Amino acid sequence: MDLSINFAGIKSPNPFWLASAPPTNSGYQVMKAFDAGWGGAVWKTLGVPVINVSSRYGSINYRNTRMAGFNNIELITDRPLADNLKEIEEVKKHWPDHAVIASLMVETKAEWHQIIKDVENAGADGIELNFGCPHGMCERGMGSAVGQEPAVLKTIVEWVMEVAKIPVITKLTPNISHIEEPGLAAVQGGTDALSLINTIKSIVGIDLDSYAPYPVVDGKGTNGGYCGPAVKPIAMQMLKELAQHKEIKDTPISGIGGIETWRDVVEFILLGAESVQVCTAAMHYGFGIVREMEAGLKQFMSDKGYNTIYDFKGKALPNVTEWKHLNLKHKVVAEIDKDKCVGCDLCYIACDDGAHQAIRIPEGNGNRIPEIIDENCVGCNLCSLVCPVEECITMVKRDDGSQHVTWNEKSMADEIPTTFNDDRAGGKGHFVPSVEDALKHRK
Amino acid sequence: MAEYKQPKTEAEFQENFAQKKPLMNDTEAFYESSRCLFCYDAPCMTACPTGIDVPLFIKQINTGNKVGAAKTIFDSNWLGNACGTICPTGVLCEGACVYNHQDVPSIQIGRLQNHATNVVIKENIQIFKPGKSNGKKVAVIGAGPAGIACACELRTMGYEVDIFEAKDKPSGLTVYGIAPYKITNKEVLDEMEYLQSQLKYNIHYNHKIESKEQLQKLEQDYDAIYLGVGLGATAELGLNGEDKSNVIGAVEFIEELRMKHHEVKVPSTVVVIGGGNTAMDAASEAARMGAETVTLAYRRSKESMGAYGFEYKLAVSSGVKGVFNAQPVEIIGNGAATGVKFIKTEVKDGKLNYIEGSEFVIPAEMVIMATGQAKQGSFLSLIDGLELDKRNKIVVNTETYQTTNPKYFAGGDAVNGGAEVVNAAYEGKRAAHGIEQHLHSILNA
Repeated sequence: MDLSINFAGIKSPNPFWLASAPPTNSGYQVMKAFDAGWGGAVWKTLGVPVINVSSRYGSINYRNTRMAGFNNIELITDRPLADNLKEIEEVKKHWPDHAVIASLMVETKAEWHQIIKDVENAGADGIELNFGCPHGMCERGMGSAVGQEPAVLKTIVEWVMEVAKIPVITKLTPNISHIEEPGLAAVQGGTDALSLINTIKSIVGIDLDSYAPYPVVDGKGTNGGYCGPAVKPIAMQMLKELAQHKEIKDTPISGIGGIETWRDVVEFILLGAESVQVCTAAMHYGFGIVREMEAGLKQFMSDKGYNTIYDFKGKALPNVTEWKHLNLKHKVVAEIDKDKCVGCDLCYIACDDGAHQAIRIPEGNGNRIPEIIDENCVGCNLCSLVCPVEECITMVKRDDGSQHVTWNEKSMADEIPTTFNDDRAGGKGHFVPSVEDALKHRK
Repeated sequence: MAEYKQPKTEAEFQENFAQKKPLMNDTEAFYESSRCLFCYDAPCMTACPTGIDVPLFIKQINTGNKVGAAKTIFDSNWLGNACGTICPTGVLCEGACVYNHQDVPSIQIGRLQNHATNVVIKENIQIFKPGKSNGKKVAVIGAGPAGIACACELRTMGYEVDIFEAKDKPSGLTVYGIAPYKITNKEVLDEMEYLQSQLKYNIHYNHKIESKEQLQKLEQDYDAIYLGVGLGATAELGLNGEDKSNVIGAVEFIEELRMKHHEVKVPSTVVVIGGGNTAMDAASEAARMGAETVTLAYRRSKESMGAYGFEYKLAVSSGVKGVFNAQPVEIIGNGAATGVKFIKTEVKDGKLNYIEGSEFVIPAEMVIMATGQAKQGSFLSLIDGLELDKRNKIVVNTETYQTTNPKYFAGGDAVNGGAEVVNAAYEGKRAAHGIEQHLHSILNA
């Protein structure tokens, strides 16, 4: 089994890279990370050093889960360029086969040309253009201010490509309606690869005493950049947009956004990523978190019979389609395993209050085990999602697979509802309790 | 060698009687509350005699609204703190927790409950206040859990309340009769103080109501009277030798222990007679006081004991030895008891038979009779028209807790024959509404 990748010419012993962020602020950290098993590191963004504030991170905790979402208002490196370059050089001496990628953010063409030369001389294996930061730097016309303007982005990529001798990755901001626009601009500008997502513009919470957003800096706050497990779905959707785009899909993509476990890694690769970048998980658990990713990825590849990352890269893409192409004849219905059911009745109330009134609790027998009302069940999955017991509620296929009709086909055949009270409405005749039934159990 | 050394100081006593359900710290409460599933029509809530909205208060703890959580608890149960600690949660709320069905440890509801109530009690955060005065007065006889709950509820409705208590502390058996490893005196009394400071009912201590004249005065001065009189002293079995100086009732033994702690002297051999929860408590306590041999003797089988299984296990883990199918015949000894003579029993055709010639003696320097408390029959007979059932329990309407004398309402052990604090708390609260309903109907008649 071979986990190594050749990402647009950047060679890495595995697809696990640290994203440009606090964990890659110094040579010390990057060396420790490589030692722990990371294959590559995108250095904390270099440029004209900044001055940071104290109180820089905030998080979303979901019940007792810490940092389900994470946000920061830290800027790019606040260390002199020379110090960073010296450390890049040292790291490469110790780890010649690992990928060191320099993230860069400067303003003028001259600065871009100069800093590219500098990092190449230091021995960097690649460059990542930071067009993503949605806080602080964007106020100064950099970061997401560039990523949100495809034309500007393209121009800067062109400046970079004029001089770069090592592969160039353009990192995109998700703070935009159509990710394929900056993606395409980067490709047209000549970038060798793409990476996404950078953080999402966010306010993670308000302090209820000072009435200021977290992280609070002396009674005030500002929007930060949101990342961590909570942003993974947004990242995967954007990754898919690029990986399916006919003019972008041949450009290697490094996937970023909420990756913490081997499952996340596999999912990103299945959606077309060739390498993955991780920040929050390393900030939460340290570099050792890569152990689980590597072991899980290998297990998955072994179970499925894959030898390289390329054997399954993009394998889910053909199955991600538009809604209009989904089979309207597909039918699943929930089934409750009565032996496993603990009687919490969350499925009942979720369905009754939040979905389609297709679950009942048998009355009178003191039994709390709910029952699915087959004819009412629309197969929405909600009950199976709220059920706290492993494999207790399953969605069972009920159609025989012989029929396949999509919205697209139906509309072409003129079989779709077109007026407000159209008889062809999907929910026509579907069971809905009477209005008065709502008050039946009133106490 | 016994499990416990005889405690010679308060510190040693506290060590032997370490709390079974210690307070949770903030972190433990946060993680534990995070586990709650917020079940629909939650079984824990149904299992609670007072119907506390358990999922709500747990969610409130989890979201940092501990005062709100305490209010949710006290809204249903005026002895919310004591009950969190002393309730047999394993057979009530926690026993009903759905996690049990998947062998996942149930939510520690009792300890979470205390976590919330402790915050408001410790910091004296006032969350209740008396209702606007309605000009009516109620006398409550007995400051036990039923009487206190009734008084609190009545105060929120605007009644003036005077409680008459024979002893010098409130909460009845909560402070006098619960095993010390379940709750400390301070914890019980702090809750009492917390309630009284907000709801401002009067308690007249050392004021035993025991005569017809006193009752007539109460009837004159008050619009209604609540009987929260509980049960009496340990009932006598009528055994030969039962009057010996070192034969003591379990209720009396526990009360002395709760009040005097390490100053109580327990000898090295103790026999406890009985099979109920009080017998288990007394036996556990004797062992924790350093007795080397504590024998718990019950006349029927282990399985037919009235005590909860977990209470028996607790006694055994304290070093108590169970002897079953042993009927006490006589307490022997010249002057002081030196042992108890038993005869072996067996159950045949549902009847308990003595096995002839099977007598045996268990040596004892102290005999604790945990054979049930006497009813307050003679006192209750002073009240006109008050019907008692054949076991001398007060007959009440189970909705309103009104007795057969319409001026009197009742609840707690005197009505249910001896149950948990939580049952008394519920019945006291219900009776307050019964009183309100009754006086309202008189007004409108």
